[in-house]
Amino acid sequence: MPEAARDWDGVRLHVVTGKGGTGKTTVAAALALSLASGGRRVLLAEVEGRQGIAQLFDVPPLAYTERKIAGYGGGEVRGLAVEPKGALLEYLQMFYKLGRAGSMLEKVGAIDFATTIAPGVQDVLLTGKVYEAVRRREGGRPVYDAVVLDAPPTGRIARFLNVGTEVVGLARVGPIRSQADSIISLMRSPQTAVHLVTLLEEMPVQETLDAVEELTAARLPVGGIVVNQVRSAVLPAKRLVAAAKGRLDPGEVAAGLRAVGLPDGEDAVAGLLREAATRAARVALEKRERAAVEACDRPVYELPALASGVDLGSLYGLAELLHQQGMS
Amino acid sequence: MTPRRGTPDGRLDVDALIGDRATRIIVCCGSGGVGKTTTAAALGLRAAEQGRQVVVLTIDPARRLAQSMGLERLDNSPRTVKGVDETAGGRLDAMMLDMKRTFDEVVEAHADPVKAQQILDNPFYQALSSSFAGTQEYMAMEKLGQLRARADADGTWDLIVVDTPPSRSALDFLDAPTRLGSFLDGRFIRLLSAPAKAGGRAYLKVFSAGVNLVTHTMTRLLGAQVLTDVQTFVAALDTMFGGFRERADATYRLLKASGTSFLVVAAPEPDALREASFFVDRLSQDAMPLSGLVLNRVHPAGTTPISGQRALAGAEQLADAKEHTLTAQLLRLHAEREQVAERENALAKRFTAAHPDIPVARVPTCAEDVHDLDGLREVGQGLAGRNVAG
Repeated sequence: MPEAARDWDGVRLHVVTGKGGTGKTTVAAALALSLASGGRRVLLAEVEGRQGIAQLFDVPPLAYTERKIAGYGGGEVRGLAVEPKGALLEYLQMFYKLGRAGSMLEKVGAIDFATTIAPGVQDVLLTGKVYEAVRRREGGRPVYDAVVLDAPPTGRIARFLNVGTEVVGLARVGPIRSQADSIISLMRSPQTAVHLVTLLEEMPVQETLDAVEELTAARLPVGGIVVNQVRSAVLPAKRLVAAAKGRLDPGEVAAGLRAVGLPDGEDAVAGLLREAATRAARVALEKRERAAVEACDRPVYELPALASGVDLGSLYGLAELLHQQGMS
Repeated sequence: MTPRRGTPDGRLDVDALIGDRATRIIVCCGSGGVGKTTTAAALGLRAAEQGRQVVVLTIDPARRLAQSMGLERLDNSPRTVKGVDETAGGRLDAMMLDMKRTFDEVVEAHADPVKAQQILDNPFYQALSSSFAGTQEYMAMEKLGQLRARADADGTWDLIVVDTPPSRSALDFLDAPTRLGSFLDGRFIRLLSAPAKAGGRAYLKVFSAGVNLVTHTMTRLLGAQVLTDVQTFVAALDTMFGGFRERADATYRLLKASGTSFLVVAAPEPDALREASFFVDRLSQDAMPLSGLVLNRVHPAGTTPISGQRALAGAEQLADAKEHTLTAQLLRLHAEREQVAERENALAKRFTAAHPDIPVARVPTCAEDVHDLDGLREVGQGLAGRNVAG
């Protein structure tokens, strides 16, 4: 069977963002798995200290070291939790061979200053580690075929990736500044795609549209839009319209219930009809929101709502769906 | 001492909470995307329509929610919300936090005009006040302190409802003010400005070997000009030293006071409830007055007397027989809905098993976002457990 055309060939850094509660960690994990199929090696990194990846893959909490968390289709996914302090110490060690000064900096609170207070430095450190992982090479080839970043939510994403802007007013020269410059040039290159996860609800869609605008203004490459938790309509369009208008036939419903020996009283029938009306309203809302998403003119991918929640097994299913739709 | 507002069946009694005149501050906290702001606004409206003089402090409301309360722009001062039913003698004011403006005001209030201008013009201050991840938290608390002082002084409000910033972690909101306060008062910032400051001398003796190393490294890392900016900032801020720490401490005390009530907001998802659990533990560890958990966007089990399993079996039977397609589809819909309700119920039960004495308010999901005060009233009814099933 011929391989479907893949939408993001050439992209090595997949940044996944979305409004809180839209399932961006789940989508990032599914994307990492699906990118790994075919014998590739993928790094899945989180930067917010939430340990969402470990929870999802049902593995012990991730540390500041890369570790294999899953295999899929001959490839593997490694996990990494980037935290600012570890990134700073590693950075100091790498570039300055700091032994004693490192602990001295820690003692006087300089590390705390740099990682939590100094404006913008934390983001430079976090994205800096991701940058390093994307660029790392071994034996003449990249260590990772792709890096997937479970990024901060849409409200903060442009600022997070556009690390240059905050440091710019502050550090006009110096290593932090040049580090920020290298990171931002990777972020703006065709090697990066910022994917947005949304639900078909007003607030997440609005935030997605706002983020597309912000990212574009910051010259950051907008990737695809992943519409998550899509419910199947169950009822065909004509019946949905009838359900919304309260025109489904109660007698017909009751007859069906009787045929399989279920309670067919008025409360049972009315309850089912009310649920149908609710679903019809929901489908109509989703249709409006989908039109707004499509107006962005970006590739759109859809993942279904899983009534029983997301577990490791269903994650592989979602990975397969992304692959079928050409995202990986 | 902790004002839990539970009914005997473990339900959070929101009306008892807002109806109690001793409740002066309600803090809504939780992870991002769980509906904190909407909850705060709905609570504020409900309290106002029950006769309280309410001000709602929102942090970063979605555009439509802001519009529903008549908040068209961020002007950092409370405005009266129009369209509120004031027949019970209550009133609702609302505001959006402008963190930079709030920080500037703190500086202006505590330094003479010349010094204040020096601080406001300093590049390090400008970056700190507009982008430091903890500034928003700190300024939200600062604003809360200001609103409370005004309420105490002239009785403008008898209830303040606060939304908390969309932090990466719900706990940031408790820690950030202290962190910023201790940084601004702390030894590192003194060290940066050290050679000029007498106060740092004894300290310098102990660490003299390290000081050069530290400043040298910082200079190499950040560039000399950043350090100069920081040092200028610290020098200008000199008069305010101590003030920041004290203010952070005062706010922390205010949060622990008996008129304060925390509501932890979550959605019935594993991540949000895990975060809620952390927060509940942290609040009780710090002896903060937690009233209960608000579980938003719950899909209630249907009122239909057919279980999910029976519905699914019936749907399959009808599908096999290729008859009664309408009933089969409705049963499938029902089964799916029951499955979601069961999963959410299991998650809620798990939370309650771990925190048996935390009352819970379950707010049913609505398909559409809140656009107006009627929408907020509906959420308020859901909060109070007075919604119609559907």
